[in-house]
Amino acid sequence: MSMEAGSEAARTLREVAGPYFGDFGGRFVPEALIAALDDLSAAWEKAKGDPEFTSRLAALHRDYTGRPSPITEVPQFAAHAGGVRIFLKREDLNHTGSHKINNVLGQALLTQLVGKTRVIAETGAGQHGVATATAAALFGLDCTIYMGEEDTRRQALNVARMRLLGAEVVPVSTGSRTLKDAINEAFRDWVANVETTNYIFGTVAGPHPFPAMVRDLQKIIGEEARGQLLERIGRLPDAAVACVGGGSNAIGLFHAFLDDAEVRLIGCEAAGDGVATGRHAATITAGDPGVLHGAKTMVLQDEDGQTVESHSISAGLDYPGVGPEHSWLASIGRAEYVPVTDAEAMSAFELLCRTEGIIPAIESAHALAGALRLGEELVAGGADPAQTVLLVNLSGRGDKDVSTAAEWFSLVDEDERAGE
Amino acid sequence: MTARTEITRGTAAALDAARAQGRAALVVYLPVGYPDVDGSIAAAQAAVAAGADIVELGLPYSDPGMDGVVIQEAAQAALDGGTRITDVLRAVREVAATGAPTLVMTYYNPVLRYGVARFAADLAAAGGAGLITPDLIPDEAGEWIAAADAHDLDKVFLVAPSSTTERLHLTAAACRGFVYAASTMGVTGTRATVGAKAEGLVAATRAAGGERVCVGLGVSTGEQAAQVAGYADGVIVGSALVRTLIDAGADREAGLAALREKVAELAAGVRAAAPHPAEERRA
Repeated sequence: MSMEAGSEAARTLREVAGPYFGDFGGRFVPEALIAALDDLSAAWEKAKGDPEFTSRLAALHRDYTGRPSPITEVPQFAAHAGGVRIFLKREDLNHTGSHKINNVLGQALLTQLVGKTRVIAETGAGQHGVATATAAALFGLDCTIYMGEEDTRRQALNVARMRLLGAEVVPVSTGSRTLKDAINEAFRDWVANVETTNYIFGTVAGPHPFPAMVRDLQKIIGEEARGQLLERIGRLPDAAVACVGGGSNAIGLFHAFLDDAEVRLIGCEAAGDGVATGRHAATITAGDPGVLHGAKTMVLQDEDGQTVESHSISAGLDYPGVGPEHSWLASIGRAEYVPVTDAEAMSAFELLCRTEGIIPAIESAHALAGALRLGEELVAGGADPAQTVLLVNLSGRGDKDVSTAAEWFSLVDEDERAGE
Repeated sequence: MTARTEITRGTAAALDAARAQGRAALVVYLPVGYPDVDGSIAAAQAAVAAGADIVELGLPYSDPGMDGVVIQEAAQAALDGGTRITDVLRAVREVAATGAPTLVMTYYNPVLRYGVARFAADLAAAGGAGLITPDLIPDEAGEWIAAADAHDLDKVFLVAPSSTTERLHLTAAACRGFVYAASTMGVTGTRATVGAKAEGLVAATRAAGGERVCVGLGVSTGEQAAQVAGYADGVIVGSALVRTLIDAGADREAGLAALREKVAELAAGVRAAAPHPAEERRA
């Protein structure tokens, strides 16, 4: 297999390029996909060093996505976090409303480069599906999006958006009818149609090169934020905080700080009803090493190795696996992964709305809740609030989650609705 | 069929015995636990009695990325019914007792979770022939290869129409028992025609050192079996057999009868094929 040098050759944490991240990663896929993965690896290695490719991507980021996304200090929100300083990296302001567009534009450009005419993708909350459908429209590619039937119900607005953009949305009715089943179905499609079709994978999971490639395309988040903070306050943050489902926004934020030992990296996993209840999606917190969707990584599984269904109020975090690089960062202690329940996330969601006028994605609200808790802990431990800086990735905006939030907070009067 | 009295654990001997009769072997796939564990054991035993030479027992897995709807449905039903790895090992023991070499086909995570060395030891102790691993390529299989070698188990890896010559060599060298040639780029399931690239893939796999090559994916009729038997050492059928059980619903006897009939049709198919070049080569 033509794989580039792995972890052994890396001198810094940032340089680890896969296919393995410590004991995690690799390619656990049908042989039929190996040629396509080899081609994709080679194309990506070539593209990322090609000035024409990188300048086209940079122009798209600037002119289409609206990068660089700003950082916003949120003092009224931070007052509830022990009074520390909190800055949000505003990926919610990107075109299509989340960080997903960063990855998709790169992979869509790559699709053109390898001469394929069709793209497929899986989606949970719908943000990656919307981003993929958007890029497909922009580049004139046929597009099919696989989405768990349960998620099409939870995220009906994003289904409509994808269809408006010209994509075919296929509801997946197997298994738990959520993201993991959508990934299975997308892989089946890819095996059968690999000659014409590129699989635009949405997160830093899956077989090599996806974890490294998606990371490379998302690292712009942390690189921008690092520079913006240095410019704004002249120092690095004490911690960088992000939500973790598959983990693409988190790795995108963390990557720029991996070799800055003084910056704590904190991933907030979806604890659903609470880790102890078994109804959660806290993969690193409560999972075990295994193989899922093409990579060796932490997996929520039973004693027979069957994947356990995850649960989260956030469809985007409702995934029983996680990117292998996160599993590795946890195993070496470089990043910390903490569980955040549905209730904690929704409380932070409401707080950001009310204090700063920003409606976050429920995914991102998990990171906000993690930051609130961390700020209080640091201050209780003696940290000077004015000198304590937290950087939180606001990975997406909450438009898609308004109906979920309305239900959670009982904002819709059922009698009123019935009378409409 | 004459009843077998001797247990032949490895698949190579069964493939060679079929070849000595001037035919390809019939390899059948059935998932353990569908319609239930005992029912799946009975189905596999019935398939052997009706003419199957080698049995693949599927270990039901929650995320069967390479399977089509028929096998997915049966595997999910098996999991919903509580089928465990220990049930699979019991099924291996009871099916291997028929004398037909009995492989387990599984995605890798259940083996990894059970413990690779422990799985190999328990599979060998149950009389299993070895393992087919649709999502484990030789490049990633160091731990399994070592464990299988320690217990003389077959290691069946897959080749695909997209495999490069380099990978055909690598995979052929890593296999023991036979090389599984996926006839088409796709998942399991019956098809109107077997992939046109299958014959070329078998030839290329032989040229790369694959001594025995069996073809799977898409075979569902005696006619297709005869066609594939013209160039392969073994013809692998799964979904078409599982379909007979699903279609029979709650009527177990009807399901077994339909299964026997389908296996007999396929067994006749592999006997109807003209001798193929591999036989002449070995003669």
